Amino acid sequence: MATEFFSNLKCRECGRLYPKKAIHVCEFDFGPLEAAYDYSLIQKNISRKIIESRPQTMWRYRELLPIEGDPTVGLKVGFTPLIKADNLAKALGAKEVYIKNDAVNFPTLSFKDRVVAVALSRARELGFKIVACASTGNLANSVAANAASAGLESYVLIPADLEQGKVLNSLVYGTNVIGIHGPYDQVNRLCSEIAGKYGWGFVNVNLRPYYAEGSKSMGFEIVEQLGWEVPAHTIIPMASGSLLTKISKSYQEFMKVGIIPESKYSVHGAQATGCSPISQAFKSGTDLIKPVPKPNTIAKSLAIGTPADGYYAVNEVRNTKGSCEDITDQEIVDGIKLLAETEGIFAETAGGVTVGCAKKLIETGKVPRDERIVICITGNGLKTMDAVMDHVGAPRVINPSLREFDQLLAQDPRLTV
Amino acid sequence: MAVQVSIPTPLRNLTNNVDTVDAAGATIGEVLTDLEKQFPGIGERLLDAKGDVRRFVNIYLNGEDIRFLENQTTAVKTNDEISIVPAIAGG
Repeated sequence: MATEFFSNLKCRECGRLYPKKAIHVCEFDFGPLEAAYDYSLIQKNISRKIIESRPQTMWRYRELLPIEGDPTVGLKVGFTPLIKADNLAKALGAKEVYIKNDAVNFPTLSFKDRVVAVALSRARELGFKIVACASTGNLANSVAANAASAGLESYVLIPADLEQGKVLNSLVYGTNVIGIHGPYDQVNRLCSEIAGKYGWGFVNVNLRPYYAEGSKSMGFEIVEQLGWEVPAHTIIPMASGSLLTKISKSYQEFMKVGIIPESKYSVHGAQATGCSPISQAFKSGTDLIKPVPKPNTIAKSLAIGTPADGYYAVNEVRNTKGSCEDITDQEIVDGIKLLAETEGIFAETAGGVTVGCAKKLIETGKVPRDERIVICITGNGLKTMDAVMDHVGAPRVINPSLREFDQLLAQDPRLTV
Repeated sequence: MAVQVSIPTPLRNLTNNVDTVDAAGATIGEVLTDLEKQFPGIGERLLDAKGDVRRFVNIYLNGEDIRFLENQTTAVKTNDEISIVPAIAGG
């Protein structure tokens, strides 16, 4: 595969160009570096037909992903279901709602497999033998699993108080799990210093320009699965704010390379009130993100108090005439249950945030009821069972006797014969 | 008062590739001024035209983000550890 589609790294602030190495910030102003592409060349090389002829994975959009050779890690990642969620739509009082379901992404049941597939494919191209990450859980799981199958050694650094499920889902792959006392932002700071000292490939530090681009594949798939149309509204959970900016970028890139015509769309951001720096900035009409020193929410995967892409996310929301919302822990649990009971999809806490915020955005008229809405579900409920453990009831237990079963049915008005 | 400042990779070309340097000052702001004196050019990388810490630069005093303290007027004492860290993405 040709290498020239992906040309450089470029500072988002000042536009200075950099070589395609393991670097992530501009030496001049510390602005984040982003992959730059030759869009006119890409336009000549892809079409709907070419994309449709390829295997159903995220790599069918290969020209718009920042690696040089063929991908070598995460070859089966992506192309998760886009479900027309009529029951949920009815419950929300909306006409047309879709769920983009990365709760069943392969191999580790979250959208992070997308970013890791790109980061580790690029890490190999750059010659790294050890890969690492700072993580709130899902990224750690994905780095651990994909590094194991790629034969790379890995270190994952996580806040010491993470959900058990997320810790176990890293340990099982034989990675080195390091728990750090303190919130995610402290873990992240430490990782940045480790990356500078040890020269490892940190997927969300020195490999970030590659890593972040992987998220675009979620947006490319939404467009293709809607029959090559951009949804009027996409509701997206925000931690660092990166996913929201990249989904918006994916829509714009498809327009830029002529895959779809120019179309209007809005992106909306969802956060938990206990850690909602981006939503608060949006509501106060500023793009200055006030960091949250001690995040406090059951949505731990979104608990980033110093969101690196918060500034870009809030501006992207404004530029597309979207909005931001945040909800309480109780509303998160209600959101998880609503999605499960209407569509049979068990999402992690971040999914509860997105569904709950969708409900609020529709109720307040910020997302019109009669326009097409896509809700992004980014992780699987089996990983955050602790959060809903006390809210879903318990089984009714009887002996293996038909008489006892008859009595149970007769006694409980909720059960119907 | 001498404090230790850890320098991130993108700025080490200004510190002769040294990753930790000593600097003097009673506040974060004074330490930054001293750094500029020792390593000309480092100041404009960290501060914007108005003298505020750039959007994508984080400065930590003993692990605490100075934005949660008193920004550049935060007091420092001998042997404190200051880290300069670029903002990074999440997950």
